[in-house]
Amino acid sequence: MPINVLMPALSPTMEKGNLAKWLKKEGDTVKSGDVLAEIETDKATMEVEAVDEGVLAKIVVPEGTADVPVNDLIALIAEEGEDPKSVQAGGNGQDKTAKAETPPAGMAEGEKPRAPAGNETPGGGTMSYERVDTAPEGARPAGGTAAGRQEGGRLFASPLARRIAKQEGLDLAAVQGSGPHGRIIERDVRAALEGGAARPAQPAAKEAPAAKPDQPQAPQPPAPKPAAAAAPPSGLTAKQVMGMFEPGSYEEVPLDGMRKTIAKRLVESKQTVPHFYLSLDVELDALLSLREQVNAGATKDKDGKPAFKLSVNDFVIKALALALQRVPAANSVWAEDRILRFRHSDVGVAVAIDGGLFTPVIRKAEQKTLSTISAEMKDLAARARTKKLKPDEYQGGTTAVSNLGMFGIKSFGAVINPPHGTILAVGAGEARVVAKNGAPAVVQAMTVTLSCDHRVVDGALGAELLAAFKGLIESPMGMLV
Amino acid sequence: MSDTYDVLIIGAGPGGYVAAIRAAQLGFKTAVVDREHLGGICLNWGCIPTKALLRSAEIYHYMQHAKDYGLTADNVGFDVSAIVKRSRGVSGRLNGGVGMLLKKNKVDVIWGEAAIEAAPKGNEAGRVVVRETKRAEAPKGAKAAGTYQAKHIVVATGARPRAIPGIEPDRRQIWTYYEAMVPDKMPKSLLVMGSGAIGIEFASFYRTMGAEVTVVELLPQILPVEDHEIAAHARKRFEKQGIKILTGAKVTKVTKGDSVTATVETEGGKTQEITAEILISAVGVVGNIENLGLEKLGVTIERGIVATDGLGRTSVPGIYAIGDVAGPPMLAHKAEHEGVICVETIKGLHAHPMDKGKIPGCTYCQPQIASVGLTEAKAREQGFDVRVGRFPFAGNGKAIALGEPDGLVKTIFDRKTGQLLGAHMVGAEVTELIQGYVVAMTLETTEEELMHTVFPHPTLSEMMHESVLDAYGRVIHA
Repeated sequence: MPINVLMPALSPTMEKGNLAKWLKKEGDTVKSGDVLAEIETDKATMEVEAVDEGVLAKIVVPEGTADVPVNDLIALIAEEGEDPKSVQAGGNGQDKTAKAETPPAGMAEGEKPRAPAGNETPGGGTMSYERVDTAPEGARPAGGTAAGRQEGGRLFASPLARRIAKQEGLDLAAVQGSGPHGRIIERDVRAALEGGAARPAQPAAKEAPAAKPDQPQAPQPPAPKPAAAAAPPSGLTAKQVMGMFEPGSYEEVPLDGMRKTIAKRLVESKQTVPHFYLSLDVELDALLSLREQVNAGATKDKDGKPAFKLSVNDFVIKALALALQRVPAANSVWAEDRILRFRHSDVGVAVAIDGGLFTPVIRKAEQKTLSTISAEMKDLAARARTKKLKPDEYQGGTTAVSNLGMFGIKSFGAVINPPHGTILAVGAGEARVVAKNGAPAVVQAMTVTLSCDHRVVDGALGAELLAAFKGLIESPMGMLV
Repeated sequence: MSDTYDVLIIGAGPGGYVAAIRAAQLGFKTAVVDREHLGGICLNWGCIPTKALLRSAEIYHYMQHAKDYGLTADNVGFDVSAIVKRSRGVSGRLNGGVGMLLKKNKVDVIWGEAAIEAAPKGNEAGRVVVRETKRAEAPKGAKAAGTYQAKHIVVATGARPRAIPGIEPDRRQIWTYYEAMVPDKMPKSLLVMGSGAIGIEFASFYRTMGAEVTVVELLPQILPVEDHEIAAHARKRFEKQGIKILTGAKVTKVTKGDSVTATVETEGGKTQEITAEILISAVGVVGNIENLGLEKLGVTIERGIVATDGLGRTSVPGIYAIGDVAGPPMLAHKAEHEGVICVETIKGLHAHPMDKGKIPGCTYCQPQIASVGLTEAKAREQGFDVRVGRFPFAGNGKAIALGEPDGLVKTIFDRKTGQLLGAHMVGAEVTELIQGYVVAMTLETTEEELMHTVFPHPTLSEMMHESVLDAYGRVIHA
């Protein structure tokens, strides 16, 4: 008799959950204790362990399926001696059933799930695993589910959507339906195809560095249609948008690779990165006078051209780099199931160019002098404008600086540029009246806003980073030593 | 100052009153303002009363051809005033019905001419001033003129006949649909300007009742929005009935005497004069966007249409527009649907903009015409590689039994995906058939599901099946 694997209840009140991921493929041998799949609810992600041995004969509920009722059959395990190809769902779950080890989760919000396997959870049960430090990469199925796995559960899709998906080799199970009751309709399939064509299945980051998903960069060659990558919730289709305007009242601007990358990355960022924003006013008087002194003292070449001319932004880059060294926990990025913490401060700097922007990175900025940063920035910015940057010059970094001060912008919140953990939005320096010792005083000041990825940088940590930054800007001599 | 409404709708036509009922269903305190009649043009001067007239014409036609069915009907005649009276009675009855529905749903009816004085802003309600009107008596229980407040204001003021300079309707010799609907006697001859649904329906009605009818159409095809094959089929039938049709022709001058003489310029610059007792101007309709205060409030208007986002929202928050004022196709069922979408959007429900490509159109002439989706020409223009299916009425048992062997059901599929792109029909009762294809298109069926569908025998609907089969080379009865 095959063993039925049922949808586990992660908590006593759980009624349904999402089958996030299968970690075993059909045909894989499973041992007791092996992690079969990941289940997620709105509160937690848990792993389903096998309690019996055998071969994973059939995945009944494909990954990416939302709202699977507890105790629904999700897979079949063939026991030793059974032909995995011929197993059928046995009985009504009365026979041998793989009870997934799934204690009540009951994690309070904000509590950090750091319990290793087998630890007691606040709920009292045994948590088999939690998301940090999960199965080794090799255990993950490559790519995802193949098409046509949905025979087991009913998948609501219009006939036209099914036909187009079939023709294009798209796995409907990975498509989010937008029709009545979540029915997948033509629009969803078209959106998935469009969104998917430019997005390779997830493990791109593990391959060549050129395919690293980070800053806006040249478009990657269209990858094979993604099977697993769920279609990003798309906005209105072009047809829908155009339908709202009088034909001829607009001109169509085709998207170039940079625009597509910006759109994709930033939508991804806003949808997957939990942003929050911290704003702080920073006084600039000391910095401006130091800058004047330093610039005045620059050696001049024979044409009278100074060796360097520091900008306020150069100070900002340096200050942020040093602040990250003082608050090392903030010098981090999120990487799916772990956090990567960096030794050096690699600071990206957004450079607006015709038709878009690049974010070249100043590496090890904490070690560089202001004049080096200034010279490097000039070179990077110039080459960004002519699109001559090499990919390794705009990839990586843990944070970025986006400065719209030159446009007179007072303050703004920037969108984090994945995989960065933060981004600092810098407003214009201006004379402001502030209270000093109970009396009004005029100071030069600017407002900076730090956007933080809450998965990596919590509120207090972000505040600490900003405070360190403020200290450096307001006492800028510290940056010279 | 009166109470504040959640939703106030200006215009109680099919868009307005349906929106009002839906708003009330959603728990909104709702009012609808009208100056003339509940049910709007559709119910009072359009869709409904013309169907009543055309029904009289149809029965008259059958009686004249009673012999074909083995019946005797001698001295068949008609009484114009009785036909008109019946038509008005139908409108009157439905008009009362709308009043009842509004009352049942606790929608306030306010009587008068409305203008928006202030748009809703934040938590502050907008103001609508309703002035008294002498156009028509207020229905029982209606609220009187005054200033009313509303958090959301929906403009659903409909449209009126377009007038061409120099050929302005005069109610005597140059008619619009208003006069054409209530003739006091049958004109002997008639010139119909415009061959859209309105023009063709009147041409068909008056021809059946015995008038000499000439139709002048500016474009190269009558029923310009329909598929060319369907229009050509219809034209042949009309001409067989004795309707004279001039396409690619323009009325350049009209002189009025005892009768109307129109100078018509045809292709190649040739002109001819056509004299008729009455000229019906049916050259389209224009939205009623005036005197509502829209310009003053900064509501964007483009080419005589209130610009909306597809969910009814205009450029000014709190002000919405639906139906004819919000643009073509100017059809009652489109207005109703837009009204519902608009009110559900106000409620914050998940509404999708209407797919205007799936709005069916019906013309109730003899033969009837019905269509949905792309015409063959449009489909090709949009780059589709199409498969076209056709099935003639002559191959259908029920059509033969009815004595209606003329007609065509045409279907257009995308060769690649099997998507039903369009369906076009001409012939008996096709206006009642088209919804089958509309449902199919809305559910995104392909040819396969249509082929698998069991159509009842014997019905005209079997032709819908056969047309699909024909597109894939599997037709049975042709």
